[in-house]
Amino acid sequence: MRPGGGPVQQAVVWLNDPLNWTNPGGILDRLNEHLAISATAVALGCLVAWPIGLWLGHTGRGGGIVVLISNVGLAIPTLALLTILPLTFLGFGRPPVVIALAVFAVPPLLANAYTGVREVDPEARDAAHGMGLSPAQLLRRVELPLAVPYLAAGFRTAAVQVVATATLATFVNGGGLGQIIGAGFGLGIAAGGGQILAGGLLVAALALLVEGVLALVERSLTPRPLRRRQA
Amino acid sequence: MPLRLSYREGPGNPWFSWQYVRDNSDTILAALAEHATLTAQAVALAALVAMPLAVLAYWFRSLTGPILALSGVLYTIPSLALLAFVAPYVGTTNPASVLIALVLYALLMMVRNALAGLGQVPEEVREAAAGMGYGKFGRLLRVELPLATPGILTGIRLATVSTVALVTVGALIGYGGLGDLIFGGFRNNFYKAQILTGTVLCVALALALDVLLAGLGRLLTPWARRGGR
Repeated sequence: MRPGGGPVQQAVVWLNDPLNWTNPGGILDRLNEHLAISATAVALGCLVAWPIGLWLGHTGRGGGIVVLISNVGLAIPTLALLTILPLTFLGFGRPPVVIALAVFAVPPLLANAYTGVREVDPEARDAAHGMGLSPAQLLRRVELPLAVPYLAAGFRTAAVQVVATATLATFVNGGGLGQIIGAGFGLGIAAGGGQILAGGLLVAALALLVEGVLALVERSLTPRPLRRRQA
Repeated sequence: MPLRLSYREGPGNPWFSWQYVRDNSDTILAALAEHATLTAQAVALAALVAMPLAVLAYWFRSLTGPILALSGVLYTIPSLALLAFVAPYVGTTNPASVLIALVLYALLMMVRNALAGLGQVPEEVREAAAGMGYGKFGRLLRVELPLATPGILTGIRLATVSTVALVTVGALIGYGGLGDLIFGGFRNNFYKAQILTGTVLCVALALALDVLLAGLGRLLTPWARRGGR
């Protein structure tokens, strides 16, 4: 690394070196890891949170639990779960990282699924009852479709948060784009300043990209008459 | 004393050890103090920035979108990336790097909730205040901000709790408060007692500050208690 120029110039130089992209452990490798970890974590979070949230919303109970889980989720440092989980039976490697991230995806997914079902118009529910739908049919054919915009909103929040938080996997050498920043800090500011900044830019760009794409998805999944009310 | 026996006879790397806590009480307290200080500074600074922004967004409707969008973008950017943007300029051995990143991160929750609080001031109240001869600033200070207190405090509570959790990220440059304990324990042969002590204190600090701010909110809004909300 050359010392010349400010951190921005160094970052540009670093990003313009093709080897930094294609080397083993380069940007492309790290990007793949980052996306794989994030996707698995979000999928796992959905698998756990959506059924529970929909069911709680369907029965109308457990609102307190949902709020409690959201608040506790906010208070637990990601760093703590990332360092604690590998020391349990899970062992080192990718599984503990994925699970730690999934834990933080659960609160928004759960809360939105719960709210989505609770917000279904009681008259629609009554009408469905009147038509002779069983509780299970009511959930599947009425409540679930009407909750889709909320599910999409929760998915977007959770996914963006997981993509952002996956950066912290670098603390436990868990892979992902955060490794670039972590390695830069390891080099110190003089040699690694550009790399730190470049890594930060990549991660930020990825998070904003995911946010933008999912915002479009959310919009397309929300029926037109509902769009303005949510904004 | 069962506790004493348990740590003496326990395996080499227990999840919790009073001996660790006793032997390292100075380090632990210092980390806790650093954590609390960083949190308090970050929340205070963020409030100082967020309140004027919320008021601007409240006064000028055309600024609402851009201000919320900007704080939304700052919130979306990963905390570690914010640290990465700030550190090369402020220095990797400077706690101010952590502080600035924390402030940027806390902005969104504060601005959004303060704005929601201000938006909930009833139109009649605003008109009545104007009718009584309050100017723009007088009305803001004497009528609108007091009525928006619940919203503002919600924002501050959310920001405080998540800031406490986020301070730990500063461990990457050695200014993470309790995060230094957690990360240090991980690197120091996976010393479980140190990791868990740091974690428990971190969550406890978040809960304690949340309760403290909730109590403050009750003191500041006596009318909310009397109303049957």
